[in-house]
Amino acid sequence: MLKKTPLFAAHQRLGARLVEFGGWEMPLCYTSILDEHKAVRSAAGIFDISHMGDIFARGPAAADFLNSVLTNDLANLRPGQGHYTLLCNQRGGAIDDLYLYRLQAEEFLLVVNASRIEADASWLDRQLAAFPRRQSVELKNQSDAWGAVAVQGPKAVDFIDCGFQTGGRAPSALRKNEITPVSLAGQPMWVSRTGYTGEDGFEIVAPADAIEAIWNLMLEAGKPFGLKPAGLGARDTLRTEAAYPLYGHELDEDTTPLEAGLGFFVALGKGDFVGRASLAQQKAAGVTKKLAAFKMTGRCPPPRPGYPIWSVSGGAAPVGRVTSGTQSPSLGIGIGLGFVSPEFAPVNTAIAIEIRGLRAAAITVPRPIYRRS
Amino acid sequence: MKENIPTDLKYTKSHEWVRLEGPTATIGITDHAQHELTDVVFVELPAMGRALNSGEACAVVESVKTASDLYAPLSGEVVAVNPELARHPELVNTDPYRAGWFFKLKLSTPAELDGLLSPESYAAQIA
Repeated sequence: MLKKTPLFAAHQRLGARLVEFGGWEMPLCYTSILDEHKAVRSAAGIFDISHMGDIFARGPAAADFLNSVLTNDLANLRPGQGHYTLLCNQRGGAIDDLYLYRLQAEEFLLVVNASRIEADASWLDRQLAAFPRRQSVELKNQSDAWGAVAVQGPKAVDFIDCGFQTGGRAPSALRKNEITPVSLAGQPMWVSRTGYTGEDGFEIVAPADAIEAIWNLMLEAGKPFGLKPAGLGARDTLRTEAAYPLYGHELDEDTTPLEAGLGFFVALGKGDFVGRASLAQQKAAGVTKKLAAFKMTGRCPPPRPGYPIWSVSGGAAPVGRVTSGTQSPSLGIGIGLGFVSPEFAPVNTAIAIEIRGLRAAAITVPRPIYRRS
Repeated sequence: MKENIPTDLKYTKSHEWVRLEGPTATIGITDHAQHELTDVVFVELPAMGRALNSGEACAVVESVKTASDLYAPLSGEVVAVNPELARHPELVNTDPYRAGWFFKLKLSTPAELDGLLSPESYAAQIA
């Protein structure tokens, strides 16, 4: 039995094509993936992301506890700020990648991948049980009680404030990665200036029973600006163009943030955290596989996850494997991400992607793969 | 969704359509198929002159999400391929029965025509 978000009826009314994603029934697209992708790049798109998880951590020792299990240094976060971070196991392998928000000095929100809610909650519970000041930390998985929508695109800032009562900062006044409390019809909720598309945008985290009202409010307010509902299909093509990792593809429990090129979000100098020793060791020794972004250099079918990557000078075995791939709607060419032996990872390395038995020419490129010029 | 199934065409279980023009047949994929695929981004067509047997995998249509094989509805020789699909694969979505045609065959075995589905049979199959 697939899980449904508070917007399931809304998706049906909009004529969405529904697909299964991580145990949830979600919209793949409403009109077409390409249409919705282009709307986000040129105006705005609204995504149901209510399937994602919301874990709250509160208390005088919450900051120290979280800093002992997450890779990024939250000492840098003021109330009203968030950052991208990872939860790693003892081997430095990624349990999840997520956004951490410091709502107040002693109140944090972790927004985690839908497919990893149970794994994250149980890992955090286990780490907390071993944490000396556990009595001063309250951890609560409230994923079922909270939902979220993402409004992404260059026009999002023009209508995002609409309808919200804001005691503090208006959403449109937020800088990137900041978060502000707002309310709608008396219900408190949060808006952050974050996203997964490579465009400017906002994410609204709200009680599940407020989500439909927010969705309708946004659709109404955004219509004159070209806002369209957008599904998981466009979400994937957008994030691939932005070269953002997707857990289960570029990250898993046997892949470290260093291998995935996310060393920037690993604060090895901040003091101990789970996985630190392994990551420090890996940094010193060098990784044995490295994530690279690439573009196809000729007309060919799109690269897809699982396709082997070869050196252009042949060789007995592939030098890597594609983890994400698609036809880029913005660039009109095949693009992707994949792990390769480190010597093939530098930008401008010629490689070949094996597509249905034939090797198609490609080249490694900087990230993001698509950037608005 | 109201199914678009032109009455002047024949069909296959694997969602190809056939327009018969004397000794040749034009072949493409149905509106139902293009809708299932979503946005088509790449089409791989059979080579000109290739001899196909009925049921043989002969083309690939790739959407954003997946790749799908096309099967020759009839036996024959490929005498034309749609030159527009290289630059405009989206024609398969927007105009599957006309501008989005895939290839034409010079038929070798007319008796095979009896094996194709009528519009009514195809409609029943996808209902």
